[in-house]
Amino acid sequence: MNRIKQKLQEDKKILSIYFTAGYPQLNDTVKIIQDLEKNGVDLIEIGLPFSDPLADGPTIQESSTIALKNGMHTELLFEQLRDIRETVSIPLIIMGYFNPVFQYGVEDFCQKCQNIGIDGLILPDLPLDVYQEEYEPIFKKYGLINVFLITPQTSEKRIRAIDKASDGFIYMVSSASTTGAKSGFGTEQTHYFDRIGAMELNNPQIVGFGISNAETFDQATKNTKGAIIGSAFIKHLTQNGVDHISDFVNQIR
Amino acid sequence: MTYHADERGYYGEFGGAYIPEMLYPNCEELRQNYLRIMAEPSFQEEFHQLLKDYVGRPTPLYFAKRLSEKYNTKIYLKREDLCHTGAHKVNNTIGQILMAKKLGKNRIIAETGAGQHGVATATVCALMGIKCVVYMGEIDIARQAPNVARMKMLGAEVRPALSGSRTLKDATNEAIRDWINNPVDTHYIIGSVVGPHPYPDMVARFQSVISEEIKSQLLEKEGRKNPDYVVACVGGGSNAAGAFYHYLDEPEVGIIAVEAAGKGIHSGESAATSALGKVGIIHGSKTLLMQTPDGQITEPYSISAGLDYPGVGPLHAHLYVSGRGEFISITDDEAMKAGLGLCELEGIIPAIESSHALAIFEDRKFKEDDVVVVNLSGRGDKDLQNYIDYFNL
Repeated sequence: MNRIKQKLQEDKKILSIYFTAGYPQLNDTVKIIQDLEKNGVDLIEIGLPFSDPLADGPTIQESSTIALKNGMHTELLFEQLRDIRETVSIPLIIMGYFNPVFQYGVEDFCQKCQNIGIDGLILPDLPLDVYQEEYEPIFKKYGLINVFLITPQTSEKRIRAIDKASDGFIYMVSSASTTGAKSGFGTEQTHYFDRIGAMELNNPQIVGFGISNAETFDQATKNTKGAIIGSAFIKHLTQNGVDHISDFVNQIR
Repeated sequence: MTYHADERGYYGEFGGAYIPEMLYPNCEELRQNYLRIMAEPSFQEEFHQLLKDYVGRPTPLYFAKRLSEKYNTKIYLKREDLCHTGAHKVNNTIGQILMAKKLGKNRIIAETGAGQHGVATATVCALMGIKCVVYMGEIDIARQAPNVARMKMLGAEVRPALSGSRTLKDATNEAIRDWINNPVDTHYIIGSVVGPHPYPDMVARFQSVISEEIKSQLLEKEGRKNPDYVVACVGGGSNAAGAFYHYLDEPEVGIIAVEAAGKGIHSGESAATSALGKVGIIHGSKTLLMQTPDGQITEPYSISAGLDYPGVGPLHAHLYVSGRGEFISITDDEAMKAGLGLCELEGIIPAIESSHALAIFEDRKFKEDDVVVVNLSGRGDKDLQNYIDYFNL
């Protein structure tokens, strides 16, 4: 069974951490993954850096720019991850924008992911209809879960369609924003979380955007399966490097 | 076979809406309403009234006698340089500000490179009394001070794009991020036939007034609606889309798109997207774009700030790949020389963008009785410093 699905069956709230591959240093990728697993994180999103990350705020943009300057590229990331399954069993997702995947070749990319032991992809600018018409069979062939996003503005009809197309979890963007733009949740978010909860979707929801500490993690996971932290972890890496990852994870839960 | 967008915004394999879910409701609202709103008689009436009384349309179709004699063919210039604000850009911003009002939006955002689209957007926002934020790359703000001042005088807030390469593509990213953060009250006025569906089609329709006028004006002057060729420069491609629009499905009309070769196609400093680009995704559209083998978008170069976009509108990618359009690239030097040539022969100082279109006559020969319409997309006031530096004036 796909490691993501297996993890989602556990009776616990999922803590997922995003980091940008190649940041802060080009070869930090494996150490970050190992340390995150060691400290009890449930799921990892490995960011494939892109020159024009539309949905990201300044923190992740900056980390992507530096990662690319450091020399990160798709083939190199695959090389770094080649033996990753010898040391970790945590579910791994690659998150990035569609163009680098498209240039690599979607089928080649997916095949490589399967060889390495990647469990899923999040490509925010690969729209639902294009995925279903052109790429779904390829993702399925290589055992990859494709994760779709929903936002507070997503209509109920579309949420149902996304739920139907999903086979793992739904990435629930907490507010209308780019990553790292807002911190904390107000009543608007609480109502949104409740509203989605009441829809009784087939796929569990994991909340992203706006989660940076124990308080926001607890708020976000009260009625959902888990939460994703990205920008706050990148900031921690910027300030502390890769030697104090346990400090960050332990303050979340 | 048609060269127009299909229902889902595809031109052949190009176009579509490759957008994150955060943008889906914004684009969907526009997609579901733009054709209906544009078809409303009240919209058409207001749009055409403003184009006439405010922009100064129809712009003349001018027979360039001395230029024609020099190149031994019949050259007409479509004088978009005479539009209010100095370029064709305002055709689109008039249309989109009316669209924004119909959609109940009370805040406008835009991206700008050289500042022409920013000025055209700030202008219509002032006209309508709507709040306006223009994103502009930090580097472009420094290079284009007069246009920054114009936008400020017109009441717009100019926000520097500090990310990436701090030029047009990054200003576009910042505008899109703003739209993600303000999905309900804000309309994004994209300045070219780029971006996710329905933008390329909507902007082309607003700009199509150019070829609509050419048809009736040419009929008056030459007794026929169709020229043998229509020529326009292409960065993102909005003036070209407007000049080509009503000729796309008329195979007897040759379509010539002129790209900026910069210092030469293979110099590493170029913006000739058809020659150097590969299929990919930029700003929500599948099209040809300049990128590394790894799919990172690269920074183009041209002496003309309006042509240095790393992608090209999906319509033009389709015209190129299908062979419907003839694509020519012109270097900085060729364009500058052609710009000065127009000054000397016709008393018109063209924008450097438009000078690229004028430069094709040196190498591309036409028959003596060919009727060639060149879209003179803008005037050269904004480029004076470039002309001064280049020619040591």
